[in-house]
Amino acid sequence: MLPSRTLAAVWVVAVVLLPVVVPDPYVLRVAAMTCIFAAFAASWDLLAGYAGQVNFGHALFFGAGAYSSALLSLRLGFSSWLAVATGGLIATAVGLCVGYLCLRLRGSYLSLATLAFPLILIGILFAVPDFSGGELGITGLTPLATTRIGNYYVAAAAMLALVFGIWAFADSRFGLVLHAIRDDELAARASGIDTTRYKMAVFGISAAVAGLTGAFYAHFMRGAGPSTLETALSFQAVIWGVFGGLATIYGPVTAVFVLYPLTEWLGSFHAFGELRLLIFAIVVLLVLLFMPRGLTPWVRDRIETRCPRCKQQNPVWREICRVCSAPLHEHRARTPAQSPR
Amino acid sequence: MFQDILVTGLVNGSAYALLAIGFSLIFGVARIVNIAHTAFYMLAAYCLYALLVRFGLGVPLSGVVAVVLVTLLSVACYRLVIEPVRQHEAAVLIATIALALIFQETMLSIFGGNYLGIPSAIEGVANVFGMGIPWQRLLILIVAGGMLGATWLLLYRTRLGLAIRATANDLEVANLMGMNVHRVAMVTVAISVGLAAIAGVAVAPVFVVDPFMWLAPLVTVLSVVVLGGLGSIHGSVIGALAIGYVEAITVFLLPQGAFLKGAVALSIMVIVLLFRPEGLFGVAFEEER
Repeated sequence: MLPSRTLAAVWVVAVVLLPVVVPDPYVLRVAAMTCIFAAFAASWDLLAGYAGQVNFGHALFFGAGAYSSALLSLRLGFSSWLAVATGGLIATAVGLCVGYLCLRLRGSYLSLATLAFPLILIGILFAVPDFSGGELGITGLTPLATTRIGNYYVAAAAMLALVFGIWAFADSRFGLVLHAIRDDELAARASGIDTTRYKMAVFGISAAVAGLTGAFYAHFMRGAGPSTLETALSFQAVIWGVFGGLATIYGPVTAVFVLYPLTEWLGSFHAFGELRLLIFAIVVLLVLLFMPRGLTPWVRDRIETRCPRCKQQNPVWREICRVCSAPLHEHRARTPAQSPR
Repeated sequence: MFQDILVTGLVNGSAYALLAIGFSLIFGVARIVNIAHTAFYMLAAYCLYALLVRFGLGVPLSGVVAVVLVTLLSVACYRLVIEPVRQHEAAVLIATIALALIFQETMLSIFGGNYLGIPSAIEGVANVFGMGIPWQRLLILIVAGGMLGATWLLLYRTRLGLAIRATANDLEVANLMGMNVHRVAMVTVAISVGLAAIAGVAVAPVFVVDPFMWLAPLVTVLSVVVLGGLGSIHGSVIGALAIGYVEAITVFLLPQGAFLKGAVALSIMVIVLLFRPEGLFGVAFEEER
């Protein structure tokens, strides 16, 4: 088995078995939040890494999902699961609107314009405090499960389903088209790809996933506040995505699973409590200086090699490709034959 | 009311213009979306506070020292953090975000999260055409106007300015013509952060100083440069004045205006972008394919 697949399998088993091994409520709470944010980061990667629509306002979808599901279940009496699903749908609609507005924008213009949308929504929410709860937000939601372990499993199962869903999706032909649009939109259009439709679709899907995570977050936290729309959360998504490695899906997930518990753990020390964000930023900066392409591509280069002939991944210790038997380390394989000694 | 709108819009607009020009310059020359830009403005305000209130240096001296220190810091950050990852656009992006967070948290741990006030450089109210304007606001206007003029002279009347504009126009050709594009980029970073620091020093006595004071202007500056067109200098100035006035009008005329001022300004930016995706005065950058 490939080392990277082994690692992925170990990770899934660890996520599933965590409550059995460590039933500590604090650990479970941090782990559930990690799961929620991992799916959120993966949805950002689909939009920014694959399709190249570097969204600086991804919190808009998260907040839209969180606020709409919270409002639906509190004001209209929706049941929790129905509210989560509807929250996801509303976030999808928001994503399609943003995608439509951003169709003509590209590069930095798109990034900077998208930064504006969540702030516009915050402004509107603050202007109607009776409806939205103002700066305090909405509280008093019923969680999705009754027990602590149940709540963790809801978050974990949702995360696994969403992440593997996005992963399969990004690995399909659709993902290939997204790569093409990111690398050269004009050439993609010239090859007969309806780039408009694909861009709209990827905005919708990414927003749907982010909205669902937002809705899960709101029900896990039993409320939704302005922090779900903040610029800080949007930047957080960018940091997770780039730190883990763009256009990989597993990269941002890894980044969340490394960075989020790390910051929480540092925050639990009294001396570090104040400096937690500072240490977080310094860690990100230092890691980037040594691994500018992100954490997971760097690790993957260390444990796997790519077959020069058939482009399949191989464990780094193999001499010949496991698929086509081509020599993997050409210079190393040839040297004995070429030199007489 | 009308006078308030006129003065507030002009003063805020000119402060935004100082910030936006620097942001636009860095983007034009080095293609860096510098999220930390307004964090340097925040640092300059704190630096002024420390020198003026804690160490008791005079206003002119502490202002100059603050600007110089922050500019030197920016050059150091550029050399140590940005330049090693220049090839990786995404890495540069989050490096600037991380820098901004580091500055914010450092200031938070040194000075705490309280709002700090800085006494005005000049007290009193000036009488201009029958309107009472506090001297400090007038000073912001004069400093901003002077710096905008100086920047214009530098860009359009000196060899360095020619090199900066040439690099912004086409990096590779500028390099082939024998310009040291790395040094041009570094000088541009210094100039633009210098402008941000001057803005920070000028407005610090009017606004309160706190570690999170960089976020709101960052968003405004982004909307200004996108409105005016990325990389366009006069676009930035006109965009800054437009946004300054829109905010002032929203605050003074709409109910709940203080909450909505950002939303209205950003909505206008979005609407303009829908009709002109390259902004009002956008320079058409050649598509890098």
